[in-house]
Amino acid sequence: MIKITELSKAFGSIGAVHEINLEIKKQEIIGIVGPDGAGKTTLLRMVCGLITPDHGQVLVMGKAPDRMEEEKDKLGYMPQRFSLYGDLTVSENINFFGSLYSLDKKTIQDRADEILGLTNLIAFKNRLADNLSGGMKQKLSLTCALVTRPDILVLDEPTYGVDPESRKEFWKILYRLNKEGKTILLSTPYMDEAELCMKVAFMDNGRIVSVDSPANMREKFSYTVLELKSSIKNSHVLRDIPGVIDAYFYGDSYHIVTPKDRDNLQFIEAALNERNIEVFKLEEIAPSIEDVFVSLAEKEVV
Amino acid sequence: MRRIMAVLYKEFLQIRRDRMTLGLIFMLPLVQLLLFGFAIQTEVKHISTVVFDQSLSADSRDLLESFSASGYFDVTMAVNSYDEVTRMIDSGKAKVGIVFPPDFSENVRRGTSAAVQVFVDASDSMVSNQAIAVANFIGMIKSQEILTSKLRVGAAPYDIRVRPWYNPDGVTAYYMVPAICGILVTLSMVMLTSMGIVRERERGTLEQLMVTPIKPYELMLGKTLPYIVLGYIQITVALLVGVLVFHVPIKGSILELYILTLFFITASLGLGILVSNIAKTQMQAMQLAYFIFLPSILLSGFMFPRDGMPKLIYYIGNLIPLTYYLDIIRGIVLKGIGFSYLIGQVISLLVFSVVFLTISTLKFKKKIA
Ligand SMILES: Nc1ncnc2c1ncn2[C@@H]1O[C@H](COP(=O)(O)OP(=O)(O)OP(=O)(O)O)[C@@H](O)[C@H]1O
Ligand SMILES: [Mg+2]
Repeated sequence: MIKITELSKAFGSIGAVHEINLEIKKQEIIGIVGPDGAGKTTLLRMVCGLITPDHGQVLVMGKAPDRMEEEKDKLGYMPQRFSLYGDLTVSENINFFGSLYSLDKKTIQDRADEILGLTNLIAFKNRLADNLSGGMKQKLSLTCALVTRPDILVLDEPTYGVDPESRKEFWKILYRLNKEGKTILLSTPYMDEAELCMKVAFMDNGRIVSVDSPANMREKFSYTVLELKSSIKNSHVLRDIPGVIDAYFYGDSYHIVTPKDRDNLQFIEAALNERNIEVFKLEEIAPSIEDVFVSLAEKEVV
Repeated sequence: MRRIMAVLYKEFLQIRRDRMTLGLIFMLPLVQLLLFGFAIQTEVKHISTVVFDQSLSADSRDLLESFSASGYFDVTMAVNSYDEVTRMIDSGKAKVGIVFPPDFSENVRRGTSAAVQVFVDASDSMVSNQAIAVANFIGMIKSQEILTSKLRVGAAPYDIRVRPWYNPDGVTAYYMVPAICGILVTLSMVMLTSMGIVRERERGTLEQLMVTPIKPYELMLGKTLPYIVLGYIQITVALLVGVLVFHVPIKGSILELYILTLFFITASLGLGILVSNIAKTQMQAMQLAYFIFLPSILLSGFMFPRDGMPKLIYYIGNLIPLTYYLDIIRGIVLKGIGFSYLIGQVISLLVFSVVFLTISTLKFKKKIA
């Protein structure tokens, strides 16, 4: 559906996107995951034809996106920032964007009702968009992006700043849309959301460092992760232990990354005791996708 | 067409909910007109006047009467010495002092020149110039009257009266009201359109618009057409205030005025869109609008007559749409002239509109970078 080749874009001296190659197949849910400033938005905007690339090209269903004036309804885009009119109501917003695609009133109405039903927004039809909660705003944006029944959805951090409950709901909707045949390209700063995508492209410093399914990524991860609960204040002491590749704070505990081929648990435990570090709990865990990303990001930096 | 209608409808919804803008549309003409009309009265009337009459004759009373009757001098105080006259003026209690010499009446009767001294407080040049001019004028008429009565001719052989041509009573509000309509349209059209478009950029809504099939000209048309209506509302409010409060007579055809006003509104809108192409934030748009607004006030002939301007300034004035619109609105309202006299101005405004709108539509790209 989308083919990106050698795509680059720089703003002045800041290179936002570097020679990215990526192919997105029909009915895939692909997540671009990366920290702030990684270049996700720039990449997605180029896919939508909003930014002219310096090099390389994007083909959306075989066409350059800024040449598909008449097929614009095939691609639904939801920008990172809330981009609807706060002083219009939910249904006025939908009607407005619908009529920009030359849909007639009846069609817009039917589709709006359908999607609003799907997103549980139907009760808020006549509320001003400004008065919606963060999660509802994102759902409204999605609704507007869906009003043309596009084949491809490009969503830029659609769940940013949304509470966990609404995020779950939002993802349910995405899965449903995907089942109906939509291809979804989205970006997210949340690692746990990567797990929910069929394919993940990890982006850092303008480059795509790795693309694969989350399961494969974890599979390929060639290290052991130990979870440590302790009273220490930061991870520096852990990093100084020989044989520790990386250590970082994770939720309420520390993750220690070590090579696979050693009897790490005992070795590390001994090292911790030697350093008088209190150990409440130390055990081997299955690496999460986040562990994979952390290590990918570190490699990139080094 | 449907897309233009969609934008139009959206704009109307937004304007209707935007109390601030709506208030501005109605209040701006009211406040500006009342401010300009009353406060910047360039004509000075009711100048407080003190008199020291040493003649105390029928002739001196007669002349004094004329001064009072002119409406320019309020002769309310009479004193008995030069010193007191000086003191009154110095203390600011009076702006003008009139002193009749003891032999005033005799001189008048003998036909030799009868000198009357008029003292003027020169610290306020506006007042003093006017007082001197009016005093001279009255003196002239009076001598004429006396002369003719001496010759025993029934009526004055001729009536000297300076008549400002298009504005017989010199009421500046007449001259100002139509011009203020022009100023209002410039300010609000440039400001509202540019801010309206920049707001979309600032709030990110433009990004969503850019992925739709809307064409730049459709967006521009849809966004600016509502402001034409607002422009007409403003002009109407301003003219109503002019007629009802300042009793400005509209000599020409209102219909013609409204039709020709369209060209000025489109030129101003074009300017507004141009500004929106340059400005990144609403703040910048506002500042740019003022940047355009100031020369419009100073160089268009709104404040100062253009004839007296240095050549270069005069030519810069030619690049300002308001210059032409002032000709149109003053022409129609004050002189009652019609379209045939104003073709040049209309064409100029048309050129402005086409140039501004073309440049901005071409410059507007559906791209972020
Ligand atoms: N229009 C622009 N002009 C100049 N620089 C830009 C522009 N857009 C992005 N950049 C720069 O390009 C880099 C990548 O930005 P981008 O917005 O694509 O990152 P991102 O991954 O979307 O980050 P975030 O998670 O914060 O949204 C950043 O350094 C940013 O400052
Ligand atoms: Mg972004």
